[in-house]
Amino acid sequence: MSERASLLKSSRSPAFRLWENVQYVLLASSALAVVLPILAVAWILFQKGAPALSLEFITKPPMRFMKAGGIMPPLVGTLYLLAGTFLFALPLGVFGAVYITEYGRQGRFTRILRLAIVNLAGVPSVVYGLFGLGFFVLFIGGGIDRIFFAKQLPQPTYGTGALIWAALTLALLILPVVITASEEALLSVPDSFRQASLALGCTRWQTVRNVVLPSALPGILTGMILGLSRAAGETAPILLTGASFFLPALPKTVNSPFMALPYHLYIISTQVPDIPERIPWGTALVLLILVLGMNGIASLFRARARAGRKW
Amino acid sequence: MAIEAKPSVQVSRARQHGRHVSDRFMSVFIHVNAFLVVLSVVLIFAFLIKESIPFFQKRSLSSFLFGSNWYPLEPTEAFGALPLIAGTLLTTAIAVLFALPFGVSCAVFMSELAPSRLKNTLKSTVEILAGIPSVVIGFIGMSVLAPILQERLHLMTGLTAFTGGLLLGFMALPTIISIAEDALHAVPQDYRRASLALGGTRLQTVWKTTVPAASRGIIAALMLGIGRAIGETMTVLMVTGNAANIPTKLLAPIADNSLFQSIRTLTATIAAEMGETAQYSLHYHSLFALGVVLFVITLVVNSIADLALNRGRRAS
Repeated sequence: MSERASLLKSSRSPAFRLWENVQYVLLASSALAVVLPILAVAWILFQKGAPALSLEFITKPPMRFMKAGGIMPPLVGTLYLLAGTFLFALPLGVFGAVYITEYGRQGRFTRILRLAIVNLAGVPSVVYGLFGLGFFVLFIGGGIDRIFFAKQLPQPTYGTGALIWAALTLALLILPVVITASEEALLSVPDSFRQASLALGCTRWQTVRNVVLPSALPGILTGMILGLSRAAGETAPILLTGASFFLPALPKTVNSPFMALPYHLYIISTQVPDIPERIPWGTALVLLILVLGMNGIASLFRARARAGRKW
Repeated sequence: MAIEAKPSVQVSRARQHGRHVSDRFMSVFIHVNAFLVVLSVVLIFAFLIKESIPFFQKRSLSSFLFGSNWYPLEPTEAFGALPLIAGTLLTTAIAVLFALPFGVSCAVFMSELAPSRLKNTLKSTVEILAGIPSVVIGFIGMSVLAPILQERLHLMTGLTAFTGGLLLGFMALPTIISIAEDALHAVPQDYRRASLALGGTRLQTVWKTTVPAASRGIIAALMLGIGRAIGETMTVLMVTGNAANIPTKLLAPIADNSLFQSIRTLTATIAAEMGETAQYSLHYHSLFALGVVLFVITLVVNSIADLALNRGRRAS
């Protein structure tokens, strides 16, 4: 038998074929090994948390030292927090992306800006918490107190945990997500749109405002929703900038402390003894539904935006 | 109908001037905005270092990095971060040991072998994992996983380095899978066709051609997964027991093995102790020093990932 024929023959021997199939099975089972725990997590959350879910759970505050009642204040607190984060992250993120795609383009500062975004994305969440505490709460908040509320000192007005500081911290945390998604959305708008607008005599800002931004809006909103869903689940940054365990009332001003879902879950699962099992599981389930729900909405939004595109 | 030749639209001078003013204004606003973004990063870095300096004025760097006793309370006031650094490294190592083989295999399966509908289902499932908040995973870990491990392995407690590492690996999976899968996807189809034309089987092609070609991206995936594991806070806070011991006995039988004892990570220490420090005390500044260490480690890991990604792009 020629050398080539014998080579071919040996590479297709039954042992070889078996080994190939074994490899395939091993790889497939590693994929299964990844998927099964994910499904198990979802399943156990639903199984143990669903008994707690009821209209009451979402609308009543906790009672009897957290051992009864609901999670309304943390839920509302998280929603307020997300609103604040949205307010700060949207302009910073969208205009940052607008700078990259419309104003800076190939410039040297654009490279620095990109480097800054990559580094922002690499900062661990607890370091954001440290920064939020040291800079926003103590430095800026304390400064505001010393200048405007000196009479109330040592009782802090702004120099303590507050919605505004936590929202700013979270906005910084999600900034990379928002900028990256917005940049992608802006880049997907064809250049011909911009050129047509400029040819008709519009200024650059008019072009951005009336042509580019509206076309990129779905992508920008998708990025924003994804960023907010990330912010909703973060605990470490708000740990030190305003999240509280128990407050008698809902936050009324931007300098109020607040309760928040992830922090609430952390505390009731680690610091409250003898709590009926369904309460922390129910809290975890609500948080999961909130976060995954937002992700789902963002995905749906992205798909519909792509389908409805006119280019 | 012929388009009539109209003269250019008559815009009043006032309106033209208004447009120019607002254009200028917005241009300045947008430039300031971009500057603010860069400023934030610089600020975070600088502030972290600034607030850690008062600590290093009172304690030496070597006593901090190599000291084996972390007991910030009076009267000892020992700030040796070695147990914390060791805790972070140990849990990260365990995480990588689990996440790397499963993650890369899963990425290879998804990218090279799975039919596209299965691949999309897998992708969506992995993305769901990426979205689960860390506090939820930590909660499930301490409520379900830790008791199981405690019972099955006859441990004193289920809150160990091993539990933490396992969960960290689980959380790093989406990062590793998605970046590795991107890297594999980016390998030109010609490579695979050439290998098949030369008589290779599908799997031979995968292991001898495609995966080596994507190796830079896979290394980047590994590095970013490590970065994710190092920076994770809530999961380890809830699941590793928070005892600042230095893990030394890694080869001992299970009852004695440091893997199955409680440890503490840098991130958990910062999160747990920050609320208890007096403002501007030595303890307060020591936590910023821990933050600097954490930041430096993360920076190094991310830079390696970045180098791996960009060198790869330039080479091909």
